[in-house]
Amino acid sequence: MKIALLGNPNTGKSTVFNMLTGLRQQVGNFPGVTVDKKQGSIKTPNHTQQLIDFPGAYSIFARSLDEQVVQDVLTNKEHTDFPDAVIYVADAANLERNLLFFSQLYDLGFPILLVLNMWDRAQRKGLRIDIEKLQQQFPAATIVTANARVAIGKDRILQALDQLQNGDRTPFFDLDLTTLQTDSTQTDNTNARLDKLRNIGLVQNAPTTPVNSSTRLDRILTHRIYGYLIFTAVLLVIFQFIFSFASIPMDFIDGQFVRLSAWGAANLPEGLLSKLITQGLIPGIGGVFVFVPQIAILFFFIALLEESGYLSRVVFIMDRIMRPFGLNGKSVVPLLSSVACAIPGIMSARTISDWKERLITILVAPFMSCSARIPVYTLLISLVIPKTYIGGILNLQGLVLFGLYALGILFALGTAFFLRLIVKSGKPGFHLMELPEYKAPRFYNVGIAVYEKVKIFIFDAGKIIVAISVLLWALASYGPSSRETKLNELKVSASYTKASPSQQQELENSLLLSQSYIGHFGKWMEPAIAPLGYDWKIGIALLSSFAAREVFVGSLATIYAVGDDTDNNKRLVQKLRDEKNESGQVVYSLATGASLLVFYVFAMQCMATLAVVKRETNSWKWPLIQLAFMGIIAYLSAFVVYQVLL
Amino acid sequence: MSQTLDSISLHQLVEISAIASSAIAPKLSEMGLTKGQKIKAIFKAPFGDPIAYEINGNIISMRKEEAMQVEVQMA
Repeated sequence: MKIALLGNPNTGKSTVFNMLTGLRQQVGNFPGVTVDKKQGSIKTPNHTQQLIDFPGAYSIFARSLDEQVVQDVLTNKEHTDFPDAVIYVADAANLERNLLFFSQLYDLGFPILLVLNMWDRAQRKGLRIDIEKLQQQFPAATIVTANARVAIGKDRILQALDQLQNGDRTPFFDLDLTTLQTDSTQTDNTNARLDKLRNIGLVQNAPTTPVNSSTRLDRILTHRIYGYLIFTAVLLVIFQFIFSFASIPMDFIDGQFVRLSAWGAANLPEGLLSKLITQGLIPGIGGVFVFVPQIAILFFFIALLEESGYLSRVVFIMDRIMRPFGLNGKSVVPLLSSVACAIPGIMSARTISDWKERLITILVAPFMSCSARIPVYTLLISLVIPKTYIGGILNLQGLVLFGLYALGILFALGTAFFLRLIVKSGKPGFHLMELPEYKAPRFYNVGIAVYEKVKIFIFDAGKIIVAISVLLWALASYGPSSRETKLNELKVSASYTKASPSQQQELENSLLLSQSYIGHFGKWMEPAIAPLGYDWKIGIALLSSFAAREVFVGSLATIYAVGDDTDNNKRLVQKLRDEKNESGQVVYSLATGASLLVFYVFAMQCMATLAVVKRETNSWKWPLIQLAFMGIIAYLSAFVVYQVLL
Repeated sequence: MSQTLDSISLHQLVEISAIASSAIAPKLSEMGLTKGQKIKAIFKAPFGDPIAYEINGNIISMRKEEAMQVEVQMA
């Protein structure tokens, strides 16, 4: 049996879901759309059933992507997710409005269990709810009370599920809902239903004002100065955690995979398969896991802010600012998260209920300068930007770094503005939403949210990342047969025989990379990148850094035979400064360096982001379009910068 | 004299008299904004948009263009 869990947003529906299923849940998408479908098995006294958590909705008449899923599934008996029964979670402290959707589901004929959740809160507010009257109006429904935040009501719900009444009933409001298609018939039906619900007289002592402490807090948190200051402070704390503390587990994960590779290389029989495992597969999987700390930290904070009710206030104060760019207040968290890493940023865009706004947010998020760009920026800035002070105070290098971040933000918003005009959308986006009361977050819910995002990333995006990184490894580690000849030539050359053993190794690595398939490809495309001021060596570094931007530094180190240890950055900078082209000019001139900086601001040099966009848009179409337009913008602006500075 | 919801001043209790027909009309009803209900603006976002309203003990946030769909009169 399939049971649907339904209810309005902010009713504690996911808390009920977590209470009933615990960790026995999987997250996927509803067929054909990227709307979270959480599933878990539950054990009633007599059966084991499948519980499906649907997105929160206010009614069966859909106006958002989330609600469309609910409507599509519940009004189509042939749908694979069509439920046999419904658990409806209602906020007892806000009953009449919550009962609207319930009454619609009742009239659609589902065997239905009504859970009056947050029962304690309703009592504390002094509400008197007449359950008997409610039962009289909905005789075919089973009604239980619960308080899922403190795990009260689990047994009541599970027992009641075995005793649900079948679909035969007199409708609460006599109309066939599925025939209502126009705005006005839907509105009329909704109004009439609400009137009927209000006239039952279910609730006595209904509150007329929200809790005072809540509005007082709102006046500060949405204030035109303090509101933004507090939000900035919250962001600073989050970024502090990501930049300072995420690197500890990231380095640890990195180290463990390096050790695993080394162990494999020492213990596996030599051969192609062993190389594939130790040099291709293990580093590839490591490249997936290394993102986990950032994703976990970011979603920990996002879930915390969401649970507490603060996130909807952020949406509230940012909405007006984002609107001219075709985005809404909900785009703020994905975009700002992308300053740390576009992967969790894009994954968090799921909260945007309008598909067009969500898509635009996803498409422009990678323009925000992420932490992987920092090593590239640092290397290039120290290479070509002089360490001078403007007006004796402003460090020019710092100013350039700031400019690169600003450029990214500017292009993210600018591109969003253009995409707004291009991307088609079915329905206009709207903002209308509830600002829920502030609540202490439940860490169990936060923990589950983090666990699920990590799981989705590893299993869904991870496959693609491993596949691409193995491919890149193969292209960089193998080459045409001429490579062996070149290697033998190197080994008898004077510069090689005079070098120390470690230098010999570096020279060999350099030659192997430049003679690999990627190396040949880099040389082959030199004419295409020459107008940007790049030679084939830079070309190779660009190609291999598609795996991840910071690989650019390591690739250059290998090509210039300085060993790809980050401590060698100084050696690398020196080597790059000395590099001359055939006509004796410096390769890493200001023009080339600036052109490369701009290129890295714009280009989609990150296969992991691509994989996540594929997952979040459910097709290869959007990530490929994104790859293309980011590449074109990167190429053109690098071209302009180089030609102007030359 | 009737006004639309976007133009009322803060903390002024008004009564909803009509909702213009549009794609968002059913959503407004679902949020509890129906004819005869009392509503008041309680705080505004910076730049005066969106605006937070209190209705039936709930706080609802609406853009100005959305609030414009709601006609109100003095309560």
